[in-house]
Amino acid sequence: MATEFAFPDNAAKTAANAPAEFQTEKMSLAMGPSHPSTHGVLRLQLELDGEIVTKCDPVLGYLHRGDEKIAENMTYNQFVPYTDRLDYLAPLANNVAYAIAVEKLAKLELPPRGQAIRVIISELARISSHLLGLGAFAMDTGAWTVFLYQFTEREKLYKLFEELTGARFTTSYTRIGGVARDLPEGWTGRVEAFCEQFLPILDEMLEMLTRNKIFMDRTVGVGVISREDAIGYGLTGPNLRGSGVPLDLRKDKPYSGYEQYDFDVPVGTKGDSYDRYLVRGEEMKQAVRIVRQAIAKLPGGEWYAKDAVRIFAPRKEKVLTSMEELINNFMIVTEGPQMPAGEVYFEAENPKGALGFYVVSKGGGVPWRLKIRSPSFCNLSILPKVCQGNLMSDVVAILGSLDFVMGECDR
Amino acid sequence: MTAPVDVTAALQAKFPSVTPRPSGDHVAVNVAAADAVAALKYLRDEFAYDLLVDVTAVDWAENASPRFTVVWHLLSTSGHTYLRVAADCANDAEPAMATVTGLWPAADWHERETYDLMGITFTDHPDLRRILMWDGYPYHPLRKDFPLAGIETALPDIEVAEETGAAVLPAPMMGGPFVASSGEMNLTEAEPRAKDESWNERSAKRE
Repeated sequence: MATEFAFPDNAAKTAANAPAEFQTEKMSLAMGPSHPSTHGVLRLQLELDGEIVTKCDPVLGYLHRGDEKIAENMTYNQFVPYTDRLDYLAPLANNVAYAIAVEKLAKLELPPRGQAIRVIISELARISSHLLGLGAFAMDTGAWTVFLYQFTEREKLYKLFEELTGARFTTSYTRIGGVARDLPEGWTGRVEAFCEQFLPILDEMLEMLTRNKIFMDRTVGVGVISREDAIGYGLTGPNLRGSGVPLDLRKDKPYSGYEQYDFDVPVGTKGDSYDRYLVRGEEMKQAVRIVRQAIAKLPGGEWYAKDAVRIFAPRKEKVLTSMEELINNFMIVTEGPQMPAGEVYFEAENPKGALGFYVVSKGGGVPWRLKIRSPSFCNLSILPKVCQGNLMSDVVAILGSLDFVMGECDR
Repeated sequence: MTAPVDVTAALQAKFPSVTPRPSGDHVAVNVAAADAVAALKYLRDEFAYDLLVDVTAVDWAENASPRFTVVWHLLSTSGHTYLRVAADCANDAEPAMATVTGLWPAADWHERETYDLMGITFTDHPDLRRILMWDGYPYHPLRKDFPLAGIETALPDIEVAEETGAAVLPAPMMGGPFVASSGEMNLTEAEPRAKDESWNERSAKRE
């Protein structure tokens, strides 16, 4: 029985290629949908030969809510809270990606302050998402301490988010044409203080893993994704960069003013789980760099687009006293902001990869079709290939290193 | 990399069926369904559109013709440009399109999803199963004739269904959702109203 895939070691290869009379029965194993290392409700239908995975069939859809159908039945701004629930570890970044997509359709340009605010919240969301990704990955490979460290840090971020948006988790902060409200007094100072104390702690966290014998044994050379495979399977974000492709939409297709900031794009060399870990670690440091720059040159002025008056509900006192504003308010609330017909596609570099929205409009206040291109969905599609021939225990490490979220994958 | 304008011209020279597609942002082309795979292969090999970002479809309304359009989004990892390719499905009742899984393995799941939710059959796809809905689910939920609330369906597990007598029920919408319809129309028609007000949680839907 000759098999094509790479084996973890020679003993495994010899066993797999042994004569038929020594071959044992294959075992079928359902890993998930509730398994601690599948981080949500992913089910892997595995076929095992001893400890070696011979076939892996991911079963999705346990968290399918029909977000795209729901989007066709509500106005553009009403859909913002649903974007929180895509990648629920980085809701602010999802809010931003969705808002920019619709703004492209409406041809709205944000003033510098609005853009800078979005950059700051996107990067804070990236830190928060990568922290959990890192902690969960470390926990899957046996390092419990990192998980506790990162949750302490995320708690501080949640405090900042709560102050900014009123919610810790489901932020719904952006609106079409701007953000819900300006930054609170003194908030940037507190973000600065967070960054100040975060970097040493991040270093400490990474030190616990980077040269950790157990962690390296579990990840180095495990789950290698070649450059060609990474592109062919449509991987994006840290998983693509871990395989050595320097594609970062913040650099290559700058949006929201990312071109003004100085930051590096880390890439891996081997494309294994360890490289993906290193990339995420470095990306957090770069995110801190971007946040600091954005705060240092945070422009004043408006934080919503000038033309967004058609979209924002007018001020309450105006609504109560002025006929025009009353009518305007009524129209916005009942019909939604009116959009031109057309179709746009926009992708933002989210923590998990490129989150894309394809908006088809026939005019009116409701999208005709809204397709969500979720990075986790694409990143997981490589699982059948990358799990094959690996040890069962390595599947856990591979899943951790791919850092996916099922809320986004199943939509 | 060549300028984006050249892509359309070069495609048109090779495939006469290619026409520019109105687009709010990236370069976009329409292509005949028969040429779709060849055109995508040409784009991948000659213009380095090597990353298949997304495959999806649009349902243009229940009685529209052509009703379904398959849309591919490509990204060049070296040139950093996007390209949208769209092809109408010839048959409105049983839409079909050739698969591009041979060009990009990424297309596998995207096409399964499009089949699952839109009901477009990708011919020669190696493993065209449902991916988000369960196997054996009888509808394609993203089609425009599928109601937002859902349709009563038997549970996937027959044993459980028989034992409990339960089924998948339409969501109680309380007469909602209250939205205006998509598309340019006069104000009276655009007035937001419940999609189907004939029933709610207190009074059952009339058959």
